[in-house]
Amino acid sequence: MTRTQRNPIDRIWDFFCSLKLTIITLLLLAVTSIIGTVLQQNAKPEEYIREYGQSNYELFTALQFTDMYHSVWFVGILGLFSVNLICCSIKNFPRAWKFITTPALIAGEGTLNNSANRAEFSSKEGVQQLGQRLAAALEKAFAKPTLSEENGTLHLFAQKGIYSRFGAYMTHLSILIIMLGAIMGTVWGYKAYVNIAEGTSTTQIWPNGATQPLDLGFEVRCDDFRVTYYEGSQRPRDYKSDLVVIDNGQEVIRKTIEVNDPLTYKGLTFYQSSYGPAGNAGFRMRVTVRESGEVLNIKATQGQHIPLPGGYAFAVSDYAPSYDRFGPAAQMHVDTPDGKHGSPFIVLQQFPQFDEKREGAFSFALMGYEEPAMYTGLSVAKDPGVWVVWLGCFLMVFGSCGAFFFSHRRVWICLDEANGKTRVRLAASAHRNQPAFATAFDEMKKTLAQTIENKS
Amino acid sequence: MNSSLFFNLTTFAYFASMVLYIAYVATRSKPVAQIARVTAAAGFLTNTIAIGLRWYESYQLLGVDGRAPLTNLYESVVFFAWSIILIYLLIDLKYKQPSVGAFVVPFAFAGMIWAQYSLSDAIDPLVPALQSNWLTYHVITCFLGYAAFAVACGVSIMYLIKIGKEEKHADESPIGGILGVFPSTRVLDDINYKAIMIGFPLLTLGIVTGAAWANYAWGTYWSWDPKETWSLIVWFLYAAFLHARITRGWVGRRAAWLSIIGFAATIFCYLGVNLVLSGLHSYGGA
Ligand code: HEM
Repeated sequence: MTRTQRNPIDRIWDFFCSLKLTIITLLLLAVTSIIGTVLQQNAKPEEYIREYGQSNYELFTALQFTDMYHSVWFVGILGLFSVNLICCSIKNFPRAWKFITTPALIAGEGTLNNSANRAEFSSKEGVQQLGQRLAAALEKAFAKPTLSEENGTLHLFAQKGIYSRFGAYMTHLSILIIMLGAIMGTVWGYKAYVNIAEGTSTTQIWPNGATQPLDLGFEVRCDDFRVTYYEGSQRPRDYKSDLVVIDNGQEVIRKTIEVNDPLTYKGLTFYQSSYGPAGNAGFRMRVTVRESGEVLNIKATQGQHIPLPGGYAFAVSDYAPSYDRFGPAAQMHVDTPDGKHGSPFIVLQQFPQFDEKREGAFSFALMGYEEPAMYTGLSVAKDPGVWVVWLGCFLMVFGSCGAFFFSHRRVWICLDEANGKTRVRLAASAHRNQPAFATAFDEMKKTLAQTIENKS
Repeated sequence: MNSSLFFNLTTFAYFASMVLYIAYVATRSKPVAQIARVTAAAGFLTNTIAIGLRWYESYQLLGVDGRAPLTNLYESVVFFAWSIILIYLLIDLKYKQPSVGAFVVPFAFAGMIWAQYSLSDAIDPLVPALQSNWLTYHVITCFLGYAAFAVACGVSIMYLIKIGKEEKHADESPIGGILGVFPSTRVLDDINYKAIMIGFPLLTLGIVTGAAWANYAWGTYWSWDPKETWSLIVWFLYAAFLHARITRGWVGRRAAWLSIIGFAATIFCYLGVNLVLSGLHSYGGA
């Protein structure tokens, strides 16, 4: 006897349906994914060359290792995985669907005689009457049965948890849905950023990697930006921006965003991402000319060179709201008339006399300062696929729990007449987690036995 | 009363329980097994109290900024130990096989002793990115999943020990001695499968909640960073395990190995990514 040669199409189909392929692809994905966790992704060529050398770098780019999760071969494995998933589901789904369309209302002799969970009783009560009472008892103990008659034999069939047959399919479908959502995000979505200074607004954002800004089609204004710190430390507690969205001249949304609480408008989501000074700090300085004792009150902004009598000049280069424990401080320097940079020194607002001890033509005191306006750094994301991804995730969690923790349980009762008595045969099955079902079946068996006894 | 006292008690209880379980395996004395079980349960209780107290203390220390104690390495390790014992006790309730304890409780003890001796237990306030309820759900689901995998790994080690001996002495009468108290290989294989069945949906939920958190904080639910990728690797491995079971031939020994490899990957995802790979990536920061 020779096995008939199957035609090539069937063999290709079988290949794509095979669970062996599933296991191989899953393991392949697991192993290859490691590469991108060891080799930094999307770094600059110089960094790879510095770390691994020129020839290795060329090898990496040839193998697309520097952006491996978007490489042809990795996406190819994912594609193979999806095809496998689809074929496998197409092949097996009809069998699962049959459980719904054509439930096995009548148990075969094999089920009745060989099932792991079975029992047999006999009673003097008539088939019909006992059948009705058993149906009621079964409904109470398990689920409402369907009755069918065949050649004087009465069949009861009840089932529970049929949906768990579909848990695996739902899980598989959910994977495809998540992939679809990810593709939608890649094709129609983008990431961008924008910095908005306090009190100003913008109508443009900068897509990552782009050199041209993108028009929003509406206006986003930042009214205020605040950083708060945990008491007595430099640990930031919150960054918050008061944002206002203005569309067609109308104020449409007003929201204070912070990390983990973004604002969404017209499919664009604005995330609090960074911040910084949007200008220069201003300082009120009191300058004393040492020779004459003349006092000048001068307003200076950070980095600005301000002329002083005799051809000198000074500039405030930096400041700190709290310098050690001494309070506000400014760092500054004096330029000599011939343009030489003097060495930097520090003045303290709380100690206006402090600078008098320093040598030099002038002494300075910091009378007050104004913090610069801040800008808020927002990252902006458009991802029309994100809801598809969440739907997929929901189905996946739901489906895999359905597949793992529930089972399709079926109970058959068959009543017929034999030797003037009614023979009752009981059989049951669960498509997974048999031990737990065996215990439940024992309970059910007792209940049904009592029902039979109570009348006969 | 403070949490560190209770964490110390927990460490001690897990140690005692581990020793007792090993003593049970050596002596086959039923009362010893019972005491081991009670000790593990007592440790679980003090572990719970300690975590609860630490939660309370965070409010005392930080006022309105108090938070669930699931935010740094120390807190995650003690929660991991708690999860392992929780899953173990649940499985023990069902299977009543105390010898399993000798292979699972050591994981919890190792976690506690490591946390107590080398990790900082300071209660620091959270940087803004960590202030999210998603983080709490993410940590809880991930670690319950990891704990189930730890139980599966312990059971798989038992399986390999037992099957090795069984095959070597196939001709002799039933195995006596230490291996006699092990559950049968069939039961071990079954516990392995059940534990992974519990762990897999939890890990799935953990990855999903992590993605949700990333999406709220940064606007990207997936960015292929090493931590995310490793969690996916673990997920692929256990998915392979579950499917390999459906086809014949991948139960027993191969399933046990896959389960052990899966748990090794889990631990790498949890600790290795931060301790090993971050070192590899340090050049990227400059
Ligand atoms: C990582 C991706 C996958 C996940 C998370 C997944 C999940 C599941 C789950 C939860 C089950 C139920 C397990 C059980 O009944 O013990 C299952 C069963 C199954 N899976 Fe997958 N699966 C994945 C990929 C695949 C692929 C690519 C195929 C394609 C061949 C496949 C084929 C099957 C088959 C044939 C079953 C048995 C179906 C049944 O019980 O009727 N799976 N899968």
